[in-house]
Amino acid sequence: MTNAFYIASIVALLATLRVITATHAVHALLYFIVSLLAVAVIFLLMGAPFAAALEVIIYAGAIMVLFVFVMMMLNPGPRAVQRERHWLTPRTWAGPAVLAAILAAELVFITAAGTSHTPGAAQVCPAEVGMALFGPYLLGVEMASVLLLAGLVGTYHLSWHLGRRRDNERKREIVP
Amino acid sequence: MNGIPLEQGLIVAGLLFALGAAGVLIRRDVLFILLSLEIMINAAGLAFVTAGAMWLQPDGQVMFVFILAVAAVEVAVGLALVLWLYHWFRTLDVDRASRMRG
Repeated sequence: MTNAFYIASIVALLATLRVITATHAVHALLYFIVSLLAVAVIFLLMGAPFAAALEVIIYAGAIMVLFVFVMMMLNPGPRAVQRERHWLTPRTWAGPAVLAAILAAELVFITAAGTSHTPGAAQVCPAEVGMALFGPYLLGVEMASVLLLAGLVGTYHLSWHLGRRRDNERKREIVP
Repeated sequence: MNGIPLEQGLIVAGLLFALGAAGVLIRRDVLFILLSLEIMINAAGLAFVTAGAMWLQPDGQVMFVFILAVAAVEVAVGLALVLWLYHWFRTLDVDRASRMRG
C-alpha cells in the first residue's frame, strides 16, 4: 500500500513537471490528465473513493473537455490535417501512455490484492460525505450553486458579445 | 491510519502546488497559465482530502466538492476570457495584453 502511494505520487509529480515544461498545449493536456488520474489513485489509497470518482469524472472528464474545446477553436486552418497526423506518431503519446499504464497496473494490483480498503482501516465512505454535505454544509452547497449560476451567466455574457462581433465581421467581409 | 503515510500526502500536495506556482511564473502562454492554476487548485484539494483522511472526517471531501465547483467556474470564465484575448490580439501571449486602456 505504501509503495503504491509512493509510485502514484511520483507519477503525479513527473506528469505535472511535464505539464509546465511542455511546449505544445495538447501534450500538456495529456500529461495533466495523467496527473489527475494519479491524484485519483492517491485518493483511493487514502480511503476517499468518492473524491477519487469525482476527480476522474468531473476533473479529468468534464473540465479537461472544456480545455480541449477551446484549444481546438483556437487552432483552425489548413494545417490541421498535417497536425493530426503528427499527433498520431508514438513520440507524442508514448510518455503519457507509459505513465497511465503504470497507474493502471497499480489499480489492477490493488484490486487483485483486495486491499483497496484494508480490513479495519480508515475509509470515509460516500454516504458520510453526503450526510455532511447536506447537513452542516447545506449553506455551502447553496453558495456553490449561486457561484455556478454566476459563472454560467458570466460565460454566456462574454461569449454572446464575442459571437455577435464575429457575425458583424463576417457581414462586413461579405458586403464589399 | 490505513498504512499510508498521510503526512507525506501533504508533502506531495505542497510539491504539486509549488510546481503549479512555478508554471504560472515561467509560462507566458495564457492556456498554460490556466493549466497551472488548475494544478494549484488540484493540489489544494489533495491537501484537503489528506487532512480529512488524517482525522477520519468527511469534511475534507466536502471541501473537495466545493473546490471542484470553484475550479469548474474558474475554467469556464477563464476560457471565455482566453477567447476574447485571442480575438483582440490574435495571440495567447499575456505580455502582449499587459497594457490597460482608458
